[in-house]
Amino acid sequence: MTVTDHPGAMRLRLPPGLVGSLAAVAAAFLVGALLIAAVGVSPLTAYGALFEAALGSRNGIAETLVRTVPLALCGLGIALAFRAGVFNVGAEGQLFLGGTAAGAIGVLGAGWPAYVLLPAMALSAALAGGLWSGLAAWLKLRFRADELITTIMLNYVAIHLVSFLLHGPLKDPNGALAQTARLTGDGRLPVLLAGTRLHAGILIVLVAAILAHLFLWRRTNGFRLRVVGLNPRAAENAGIDVRRTILFGFLICGALAGLAGFSEVAGVQRRMIENLSPGFGYTAIIVALLGATNPFGVVASAFLFAALQIGASTMESAAGVPSTLTTVIQGLVVLFLIGRAALPLLRDWVADRFRRRG
Amino acid sequence: MLGLLTDPTFVGFLSASMRLAIPIMLAALGGLLAERSGVLNIGLEGMMLVGAFVGFVAAYATGHLMVGVASAVLAGIAAGLILGVYTITLGANQVVVGIALNLLAIGITSFFYRLIFGAGTERPRIDAFVPLDLGSLADIPFIGPLLFRQDALAYVALGLVLVTWFVMAKTRFGLDVRAVGEHPEAAETLGVNVHGIRYFAIGLSGALAALGGAFLSLSATGVFIDGMTAGRGYIALAILILGRRHAVGVLLASLLFGAADALQLRAQILPTGVPFQFLLMLPYVLTIIVLAGFVGRGGAPAALGVPFRRGRSNKE
Repeated sequence: MTVTDHPGAMRLRLPPGLVGSLAAVAAAFLVGALLIAAVGVSPLTAYGALFEAALGSRNGIAETLVRTVPLALCGLGIALAFRAGVFNVGAEGQLFLGGTAAGAIGVLGAGWPAYVLLPAMALSAALAGGLWSGLAAWLKLRFRADELITTIMLNYVAIHLVSFLLHGPLKDPNGALAQTARLTGDGRLPVLLAGTRLHAGILIVLVAAILAHLFLWRRTNGFRLRVVGLNPRAAENAGIDVRRTILFGFLICGALAGLAGFSEVAGVQRRMIENLSPGFGYTAIIVALLGATNPFGVVASAFLFAALQIGASTMESAAGVPSTLTTVIQGLVVLFLIGRAALPLLRDWVADRFRRRG
Repeated sequence: MLGLLTDPTFVGFLSASMRLAIPIMLAALGGLLAERSGVLNIGLEGMMLVGAFVGFVAAYATGHLMVGVASAVLAGIAAGLILGVYTITLGANQVVVGIALNLLAIGITSFFYRLIFGAGTERPRIDAFVPLDLGSLADIPFIGPLLFRQDALAYVALGLVLVTWFVMAKTRFGLDVRAVGEHPEAAETLGVNVHGIRYFAIGLSGALAALGGAFLSLSATGVFIDGMTAGRGYIALAILILGRRHAVGVLLASLLFGAADALQLRAQILPTGVPFQFLLMLPYVLTIIVLAGFVGRGGAPAALGVPFRRGRSNKE
């Protein structure tokens, strides 16, 4: 028995292209509007406040871009894993471990020049995230344990592990909180736009997206990855090393999620903290699906969800609509995205009715 | 030996094991029905959360715990049928739909919680189920604390283990469920309505998962907290494998997890020298070990995860 024919390795049907994605987003916003109206608030007022806060000012756009970084990096990783037929739900834990590694190296290497320290932090973050994801790969390839459940379980384990490290060995000796010491200037990503928090992490996103695109569509290994995701048995028959490709899908996802942790630590928090992520790794699953696992689509959907999240708190204070509406919209986007499969069935049904009458 | 059996710490540990086992056991029974019928229910986690929320709100509003339980069950059925529309009628990827439902459940429950109760610091509470007084039965060594110090909802849950076993093994419906899970084409040839049976199974699956969630809010805590299921719906999927998709197996596997949970809760208070974070990891690590060790030996239904189209073969 090979890894390709256990019950969990069902083929992933990739979501639709641009039109389908936009329609799904529109439908989700429409249902969101109904919920807002049910609260007794005008949907236009609420959405207006949301997008005004997220995109209506220089600082708003900067904050939205800052939020785009972790969502896009995790989303790219999940999308690449998807392409290999791997359903990695573990980006959240991989991000936490990446951030912890970056924070630890950042403190350890205080005093190193920035051109040594930052790459060292980024590399250790990618390594930590990759190793954590590699654990799930090993469990899948060696023991055929479904990655869906193992990666979720590893998220919980990672968050407790990080909590232990931050309460113990990595704790700032001069502080009371469970966090590392503050990074020195050389351990921080440079700010791109003066007066805002927009940091160089967004450049990492752009480079990663371009590389991912070139890899998927211009490299033989990218082609192999896609073949394995589409039909592992055919890939095996064609002489592709399926296990190695799956392992690669895991590792690249972990490395990118780890980098997301690095950029949060070095660009936003400037130290490793216990609540580094409010669920970036989970939202990124939706980002990857909405972006149709196409690197530039992923970045675009990460930007959309970032705007939603950034504007949500303003919407709550200005219009009294709970900010968790954004989570509802995110979930609905996926359901509508998949739900479009209902359209042809509906059409057949309607056609059938007419035929019977006529 | 007898001294240990009546030791208050051990007695407390036993009854806590059962109490902590029940929510995941109910969810796993729900997963059992769905998987036996050929539908992978990754949405158990979300269905539990919806059950915990709806149960809490209904009990809070009416002041009756049983109204809470009934509402949770209805909400669970609704959630199950939504999953059914996607997986059965639309033939969508069952993993993606399940994950989407779980994320949606987190959003919807916390949205309406804030809407109903505001973002205040005072957390609304209800008077949760209390353990029934079964007199001297509770003092029987080992079995007493395990079985006879629980509340009414727990006895309902344990009863459902027997009901599930009976239905699956001894009734026509159970036979149909197993048939459509193993070989839907053959079942259809024999006149079984494959989609109908699967809808029924997934609806019941949602009901059971939601009941498990309601146990968390109505029995274990008396409050609702965002994301209070904390991965129990996913753990239930591992329990299914460990319990070999069999009702009694699920009960025993859940007890093992309940015991692990009870152990870590107790060890946190004792001066064991182990950092509490490592104790908190215990149930999750156990789940991974179970998955790594038992997968492939449980024998999943042949048509698990494969959408069924009427009059069309699924074999490619």
